[in-house]
Amino acid sequence: MKRRDSLKALSLTGFGLAVGPTEAAVPAPPDVKPLKIPGGRQKFEAERDAKLMAEKFFTPHELQTVTVLSDIIIPADERSGSASQAGVPAFIEFMMKDQPRNQTPMRGGIRWLDNTCTKRYGKPFVQCTKAQQIDMVEQIAYPALAKPDMTQGASFFTLMRNLTASGFFTSQIGIKDLGYVGNTPNQWNGVPDDVLKQYGLAYEERELNPGK
Amino acid sequence: MDPFQIQKPPTQFDVAIVGSGAGGGMAAYTLAKAGAKVVLLEAGGYYDPADPKYITQLKWPWESPRRGAGTTRAFGDFDAAWGGWDIEGEPYTTAKGTEFHWFRSRMLGGRTNHWGRISLRFGPDDFRRRSMTGVGQDWPIGYDDLKPFYDRVDRLIGVFGSVENFPNEPDGIFLPAPKPRLHELMIRKGARSIGIPVIPSRLSMLTKPINDERGSCFYCAQCGRGCQAYADFSSSSVLVKPAMKTGNVTLINGAMVREVITDPATGLCTGVSYVDTQTLQEVTIKAKSVVLAASAGETARLLLNSKSSRFPTGLANSSGVVGKYINDSTGASRSAFVPALMDRKRYNEDGVGGMHVFTPWWLDNKKLDFPRGYHIEYWGGMGMPAYGFGWGVEALNGMIAARDGSKKPGGGYGAGLKDDYRRFYGAYVGMAGRGEPVPLESNYCEIDPNVVDKYGIPVLRFNYKWSDYEVKQAKHMQDTFEEIIHSMGGIALGEKPGAENSYGLEAPGKIIHEVGTSRMGNDPKTSALNKFQQAHDVKNLFVVDAAAFPSQGDKNVTWTILASSMRTSEYLIDQVKKKNI
Repeated sequence: MKRRDSLKALSLTGFGLAVGPTEAAVPAPPDVKPLKIPGGRQKFEAERDAKLMAEKFFTPHELQTVTVLSDIIIPADERSGSASQAGVPAFIEFMMKDQPRNQTPMRGGIRWLDNTCTKRYGKPFVQCTKAQQIDMVEQIAYPALAKPDMTQGASFFTLMRNLTASGFFTSQIGIKDLGYVGNTPNQWNGVPDDVLKQYGLAYEERELNPGK
Repeated sequence: MDPFQIQKPPTQFDVAIVGSGAGGGMAAYTLAKAGAKVVLLEAGGYYDPADPKYITQLKWPWESPRRGAGTTRAFGDFDAAWGGWDIEGEPYTTAKGTEFHWFRSRMLGGRTNHWGRISLRFGPDDFRRRSMTGVGQDWPIGYDDLKPFYDRVDRLIGVFGSVENFPNEPDGIFLPAPKPRLHELMIRKGARSIGIPVIPSRLSMLTKPINDERGSCFYCAQCGRGCQAYADFSSSSVLVKPAMKTGNVTLINGAMVREVITDPATGLCTGVSYVDTQTLQEVTIKAKSVVLAASAGETARLLLNSKSSRFPTGLANSSGVVGKYINDSTGASRSAFVPALMDRKRYNEDGVGGMHVFTPWWLDNKKLDFPRGYHIEYWGGMGMPAYGFGWGVEALNGMIAARDGSKKPGGGYGAGLKDDYRRFYGAYVGMAGRGEPVPLESNYCEIDPNVVDKYGIPVLRFNYKWSDYEVKQAKHMQDTFEEIIHSMGGIALGEKPGAENSYGLEAPGKIIHEVGTSRMGNDPKTSALNKFQQAHDVKNLFVVDAAAFPSQGDKNVTWTILASSMRTSEYLIDQVKKKNI
């Protein structure tokens, strides 16, 4: 249905039969191992996912920077683990490949950060002391307050914050932290009584006694 | 074997149906139950939401490497729809200075697999808007013509709702409606305080079992992913499968229909030809009648591409009306933060897959500066997190005091930020207007003279612009949204859309409710179909999708597609019995 299927289908019809000159002009598809398509995925999606998984976007230095930043944004606390413990850096790596429009803001942002840290502290971000890192983050963590020479950094940090939050709160650790208890077969019988009371709300008579 | 050899199966079917969505599924069901030998042609693949091969229901966000982001599926990784606004190898074009986005599903059941299951009947006024306002077009039928079929659709498929006796919002035969969730109770209280009605929604989900073949809702909020219990309506699960059990239906998947074939001598349809999307073979199907249900856009494309010396402007198009008057619902939306909902007690409030309450159109257009109404859909609550969770917190958390009462600037990092996400969870609501546009002759789709798809089939070119009617309606929506948000103590998020962006009016096609491309009417000069959705020019050709609708009401059209497809299918049976076809 998608992508190269038309080409494949064209050559498949020729299998086991005399190869006509037109078909011979079409190169045979490369010999690839059949891909197992996970449940709920279309073939082209499974192929695309497998291809993206096999690629690498971040350099080791970039990945380290993303890891340090994500843990500054969402650290471990008494309730749950940190962003990196929830697998956020790997998620961000995947999203860079999945939605390439973020690649330049991310890669360029890390360069901006290292360059600015080198000017301020003489070292790239990850080699700075914890105090220096926090000092730097303070300059870019509040977009409305960012000084004119920090606004590009603030944009980058906002992207990091958004990706980190999305990655963390869609992980097993993050969903447990948030207290989401759905996604399971159940019955809906309305808002619990104590919650209705807390908000001063009530159901109508016909909702309490349907069919009456 | 030459892939371009024309294959001719020996069978002649009673009816060939193109498309397996709401209209095609109902036609297949009705005709097969009556004993007709039916071939059902679907361009996409087979789909069964209960087969593990296809199941996305009850999966967790981390089971998707993109956490459910919409990179390859417009509504996210877990959404049931295969296809979207862009399908590789199947382009469409737009005329310069106009805009249209065409969403197509390529799968058994078509677009009924991912829709909101909002199942509203048209009211009496929706069939006679021209008479009432002087613009648009009346239908050749009225509510009374469709009411018996709406009733039967309600019983056959199942819809929950409540008896309201609301003007122009006819009640149906309803299953029990689920109770509102917390944010919905707050919306209802607020909106009612300013005179805006909020009533239980009407969705085709089984809050009670209606037969042995389908289970009942288990409240996971994921109808858009397709239901393993068949407790929601999709054409594939609810109509096509039972139709196939009759033994009278031959389903052909991967059948991209190229044209309707006619006999040059009689001018009647003799069948259709299609491209097998897997083998690229050209196949001809013979049938005594042809029923089109390929979607408003595809049905028009098929008619316009079915040209012959007898029908030089395309089939069923002596009026020249095919492709014209295409119209999509209007759409505009706003979201809000509700401080009272911060730090909520956690419990499972997934509910059904959609809103439990909505606002039907409640005003009189005679007193307004736009001629058509809209309804309002609502969302909110403690839903399952997905890609995009927490996005844009920097625009909000600067306005909200921390637990200790202190305020900090928007954005931030660390333990305080992490706590903000928890506190804000479940405190957002949103609302979206879905309105009726005025169908215009100047909005149309036609065959692009220069472009074909990967099967060599000429593609559609859209010419669509909203008129002032729709822009004014969107302005009214935005004012109403703010009033509702303020009535419930919410903070409206983002800038209020204004004249500079047409009040947030979505581009044509974005709401995926397009109708009207081969409208029915009593005058063969201004309509393609008669009041039974039978082509004026070709008596054994019928259209049972929303292409036939002169207008779309301020309601979602699926229930009307189902009712009218049932009506047309029974008319076809009747005509065959009377030997008129």
